[in-house]
Amino acid sequence: MKARTALLLGSVSAALVAFALTSPRVVAADKVDPVADAKAFQNFFFQKFPNVKREDFVNGPYSMNADMKRQWQEKEEFPPYEFALDAGKEMFSTPFKNGKSYADCFPNGGIGIRQNYPYFDTGEGKVVTLELALNRCREANGEAPYSYVKDEMASLTAYMAFTSRGKPMDIRIPDDPRALEAFENGKRYFYTRRGQLNFSCASCHVQSPGERIRAEILAPALGILNAMPIYRSEWSGMGTTSRRFVTCNSQTRAVPLEPQADEYRDVEYFLSYVANGLPISGPGARP
Amino acid sequence: MKRSLALAMLLTLGLAPAARAANEADYKAAYAAAEAASKEAAGMRNQWTVTVSSLAAAKKAADAGDFDRAVAASKEAEALAKASIFQAASEKEAWKAMEIR
Repeated sequence: MKARTALLLGSVSAALVAFALTSPRVVAADKVDPVADAKAFQNFFFQKFPNVKREDFVNGPYSMNADMKRQWQEKEEFPPYEFALDAGKEMFSTPFKNGKSYADCFPNGGIGIRQNYPYFDTGEGKVVTLELALNRCREANGEAPYSYVKDEMASLTAYMAFTSRGKPMDIRIPDDPRALEAFENGKRYFYTRRGQLNFSCASCHVQSPGERIRAEILAPALGILNAMPIYRSEWSGMGTTSRRFVTCNSQTRAVPLEPQADEYRDVEYFLSYVANGLPISGPGARP
Repeated sequence: MKRSLALAMLLTLGLAPAARAANEADYKAAYAAAEAASKEAAGMRNQWTVTVSSLAAAKKAADAGDFDRAVAASKEAEALAKASIFQAASEKEAWKAMEIR
């Protein structure tokens, strides 16, 4: 009887010790910790590509391939996004019908602020991207919103990005559980496989940057949004962040979400936050 | 000889029902099943482009009176929709395996 009691007590103690040892790890794994996530994310790329300068990751495939980089540097003398940049500057400075302008909607008159977008709006409880803020500005001033995937939006964001060139990405996550949830949702979206090809964003941009997918060289996920918007030769035109997400989804044979869907806003928040400290390089040019 | 002839006839008769051409009712049943699965996938925000195009192909074939092709495309759409539902369900946890930590 004593032996059985001892055995029982021993088993219970062992179970308690095992529980005590494992439970903090479970809690830690489930806790949303953007600072730790960003550190791990950046370290992954810095270690995977020790010869790439940290600030060079924002140049996407050019940071991965010396030949492509040389060609791009030559192209930058007469960059293909120049027309969009000029158009964006003119659009930005042209007043709305009510006499107000984009400058009235943004801090610092909208100049040199791209690195702070997207941000978490504690009033709305959601992520607000630059594209969304621009359309809200238009609507608040009695103008029709622009398409999120067409040239006008790309031109406006190109100009705003240009005024922030070289400034480090600076995304904040306020002390608000909804902001942490948005970050976590964005992270989940980034790593979730979708489409008939069963690809996640990470399949290409974490597991295979620098590798070829058909004729393309895949860009690293780190700093991938710092170059937005981009002129893509494949599109023969400019593309917004919204357009990039939509086409990425289609390429995996997933039906894209509507531009500026919560999921896209959240994944933009996640990807921008983990690129904090890396310079804005937009507008960019890609093959 | 007679025996094998009888056997061959029996086999032919046995297979005949399976080989009959599909009719509109077959198509409607197959399409309804595919559409239901497709709606479930869309509700999970995980619709596949190929499901949508298979459904469209089924409808187009049915409109042209080709119910064999319409049923085949509907069944393909249903299988694709079910695969996307499975993907969405399994990825609820599986995404964590890919996370950089």
